[in-house]
Amino acid sequence: MENWKQNPRVFWTLGIPPSVWLLAFFIIPLGFLFVMSFSDKAIVDGQVSITGYDYLTGFTNYIRAFDPLYLGIMWKSVWISALATALCLLTAYPIAFGICFAKDKWKPLLLLLVVLPFWINLLIRTYALIAVFRTQGYLNKILGWVGLGPYEMLYNNFAVVFGLVYVYMPFMVLPLYATIERLDKSYLEASLDLGGSQFQTFMRVTVPLTMPGIVSGVILVFIPCLGSFLTPDLLGGANALMIGNVIERQFKAANDWPFGAALSFLLMYATFGALALRYLFSLRSKGVDV
Amino acid sequence: MSDAIVSIRNVTKAFPGGVTAVDNVSLDIAQNEFFALLGPSGCGKTTLRRMISGLETPTSGQIVIGGEDMAFTPPNKRPTNMVFQSYAVFPHMTVEQNVGYGLKVTGVATDEIRRRVGEALDMVKLTALAARKPDQMSGGQRQRVALARALVKRPKVLLLDEPLSALDAKLRDDMRMELTRLQETVGITFIIVTHDQDEALSMASRIAVMDKGAVQQVATPAELYEHPRSRFVADFIGKVNLIDARVHRQIGRKIDCELKGVGRMELASDGLVGGQVAVAVRPEKLKIAIAEPASAIRVQGRVRDVAYYGDTSHVVIEAADGLDLSVNVQNDTRLGGSGVERGQTVWVHWAPEDSIVLTE
Amino acid sequence: MAARLKPGQGPLDYGSRLWLRLLFAAIFFVLYAPIITLVAFSFNTDKRGVVWRGFTLDNYARAWNNASLIEALTNSLVIAVIATVFATVLGALTALLMWRFRFPLKGAYEGFMALPIVIPEICMGVALLLFFVNSGMMEFFVHMPWPLNLGNIIFAHVTFCFPFVAVVVRSRLVGFNRQLEEASKDLGASEWQTFWSIIVPFMKPGLIAGALLAFTLSLDDFVITFFTSGPETVTFPVKVYSLVRRGVSPEINAASTVLIVITVVATVLAMKLQAPPRADKG
Ligand SMILES: Nc1ncnc2c1ncn2[C@@H]1O[C@H](COP(=O)(O)OP(=O)(O)OP(=O)(O)O)[C@@H](O)[C@H]1O
Ligand SMILES: [Mg+2]
Repeated sequence: MENWKQNPRVFWTLGIPPSVWLLAFFIIPLGFLFVMSFSDKAIVDGQVSITGYDYLTGFTNYIRAFDPLYLGIMWKSVWISALATALCLLTAYPIAFGICFAKDKWKPLLLLLVVLPFWINLLIRTYALIAVFRTQGYLNKILGWVGLGPYEMLYNNFAVVFGLVYVYMPFMVLPLYATIERLDKSYLEASLDLGGSQFQTFMRVTVPLTMPGIVSGVILVFIPCLGSFLTPDLLGGANALMIGNVIERQFKAANDWPFGAALSFLLMYATFGALALRYLFSLRSKGVDV
Repeated sequence: MSDAIVSIRNVTKAFPGGVTAVDNVSLDIAQNEFFALLGPSGCGKTTLRRMISGLETPTSGQIVIGGEDMAFTPPNKRPTNMVFQSYAVFPHMTVEQNVGYGLKVTGVATDEIRRRVGEALDMVKLTALAARKPDQMSGGQRQRVALARALVKRPKVLLLDEPLSALDAKLRDDMRMELTRLQETVGITFIIVTHDQDEALSMASRIAVMDKGAVQQVATPAELYEHPRSRFVADFIGKVNLIDARVHRQIGRKIDCELKGVGRMELASDGLVGGQVAVAVRPEKLKIAIAEPASAIRVQGRVRDVAYYGDTSHVVIEAADGLDLSVNVQNDTRLGGSGVERGQTVWVHWAPEDSIVLTE
Repeated sequence: MAARLKPGQGPLDYGSRLWLRLLFAAIFFVLYAPIITLVAFSFNTDKRGVVWRGFTLDNYARAWNNASLIEALTNSLVIAVIATVFATVLGALTALLMWRFRFPLKGAYEGFMALPIVIPEICMGVALLLFFVNSGMMEFFVHMPWPLNLGNIIFAHVTFCFPFVAVVVRSRLVGFNRQLEEASKDLGASEWQTFWSIIVPFMKPGLIAGALLAFTLSLDDFVITFFTSGPETVTFPVKVYSLVRRGVSPEINAASTVLIVITVVATVLAMKLQAPPRADKG
């Protein structure tokens, strides 16, 4: 790698376009959002203006975010995301594990099968789930054959959790697969040889040694779950609002942009917190990541 | 053998894809033995070891351990333990936890674990490092952890795969002695797997020599060296001069044969032979003489090469019919060295009883 | 766990364990059954959709004749193509920059470049909405003739696509043997000639894979488009969203199937193209 000073002309040619782009269409917009989060709607002639704002008036929006109503929604977003992440982990681990121990010729196909749904439009996949779970849907039809139902399966927390798991499971499989694949299988053999059962081997050797992959996967799934909008919107309806839906409302129906901006920043801070956690884990587990 | 602790009966292992790594092997390993599986790379010894420890199952055959057929018993249910070639010391546990692992998972009481781990660490002289993590230790130390971890389980059989291969020369000698000492103190059957004949010869009480998935010969080190049963074994263990010979007739327990480049003679041989055989003679059994010796087997040749090794010199002599003979000469005085020089014409001779007739 | 192993089966041969196979089958079933049903029922004659009544292509015909659906699809494709071009160029520049140069605060710069990948989509969507409205870009583009009225969406899409392209291209560049570049310069080629004749051909699989990735990301995006599109500029996912909110219909199935086919083909192509660098590294 060369020092940029050795060839500044090339350096700037390569560097300026993407940097300017990112500045103009990402950093500055975030700046707008940041300023907005500290602003209030202007009061004109004793009336709340629709489009005018008093900029940088203080923390009122953030304080409002800690209203029990919104705290409740944030808390719910966290636990729904946490539950969905945990379920993703539970399903993705055996999948990743199984692919690692499958015959070499099967591995690429199995991996492709896991990631392919991830490439299909999120909206379409969610729509497909709606068709399965709605009251006149396929699942209720099948249940009807054995004399059950129909049940109302959509528009509740369960539907949202299921949708999130369905949508983000591949995110979990990939980092897990990468670490399990790199794990030296003689550790597992040593554990079995020393008298550990398959279960003990899994809990005491495989899981601790693949912890870096688990942490990556958990963070990778938790972040988009926490910020998800579409899944709770379509599968949860009004009964299962998450923070993303509240933000959307502020910008669309409720037209309270300052408050929406504040909520957006809170969501971003939560995201950065999760990323920082992942970074800390990666530092700590350096020695273990064999 | 009634006191066999491990009895391998007609074991075959064919991998999917057509490699038969172990081909109809039968072996008995006695209680308290220091047994070695020796063979060149790819001969199937690791596969055999993995089947003994349960990490692989045979395609057919029986593996009887302690009187019970365990061919299909999972590894955690077998009274065997392993020292892995890569040591496989768990990186997320301290030395103490590593050594205690096998006891903990089988539900041994905490006090008992602490006591036995202490003893085991003592035995391999690692007490001072009990709280260390493996990544703060040298390869030799990690190997001791692996050893302690296996011994603490008091297995009936301890398996070691290439235990010395990753150590440097000095450490290797220490470890070799240490392993022999340990085996004597703990009284456990040791089975080591190695491709290094020095390792096997110096440590094992009995050796099975394997080639291409099959056992060629099972014998004590001295027997293997002095009475190899096949060309492969003679050639694989130590250095040897292999001389082609044609058998004319068989007279009782002797054969009348023509050694290529040497001449016609009678040699002792068990079993029936006919046609082509090979006669093996170890280089240190050959003698060099300047004047024609009286010995029954003698051949004249030219010194082609002399290599000086301090305690011995290796001399290569070119005889008739393209026959090359290697001779090891003890440099037992400070004056002479081998006493011959390149290009010199000399006689090589040896005692008939030092010739080994090989039919396979 | 079974107390005994089968002949030829090792304790770690999980691939041959029945329970794992069943679990695989179950998970793959759950993963694919809804999508497969969706595709299958796009050929169903029954309008209400739950029971299979017979094969037909009517739904496709109806989707095709649904002007607003087709308009949305056209918009989506146009946006995806234009955004892909820009994103690929910007992504390639970023990748080359990171691959070639050492410079102060490189780690921080790299972090910035990854931001659009990690921050929640909805945050980016609302930030861009705010920006477009306050900068007057929204007002400006909305009244432009087609396809310029898609400008805002295109800007937004390029922004979240190009960091992905940069990652893909950079991972390809890592496998580059720098001696080739030196050899070329040694033989008298200029910086520019070397770039075009040595580096670009090497980058090509990465560029194509990156472009296909950008294409699918753009085509699939709902959240950011939802915030940055005007009332007149509807993309396919936004259109489907409004239809889905009204209920399930075989027409949506048909349109979705078309989109699935497009993305699956693009993805499989991208994967095929990405495979070689892994092979010659390993
Ligand atoms: N899992 C496997 N699948 C297919 N073939 C295998 C497998 N393991 C080993 N083999 C083959 O079986 C044969 C014996 O291998 P094995 O590892 O037992 O040899 P080895 O005697 O231990 O050799 P080395 O000294 O090199 O360790 C080799 O030809 C090897 O390629
Ligand atoms: Mg081996």
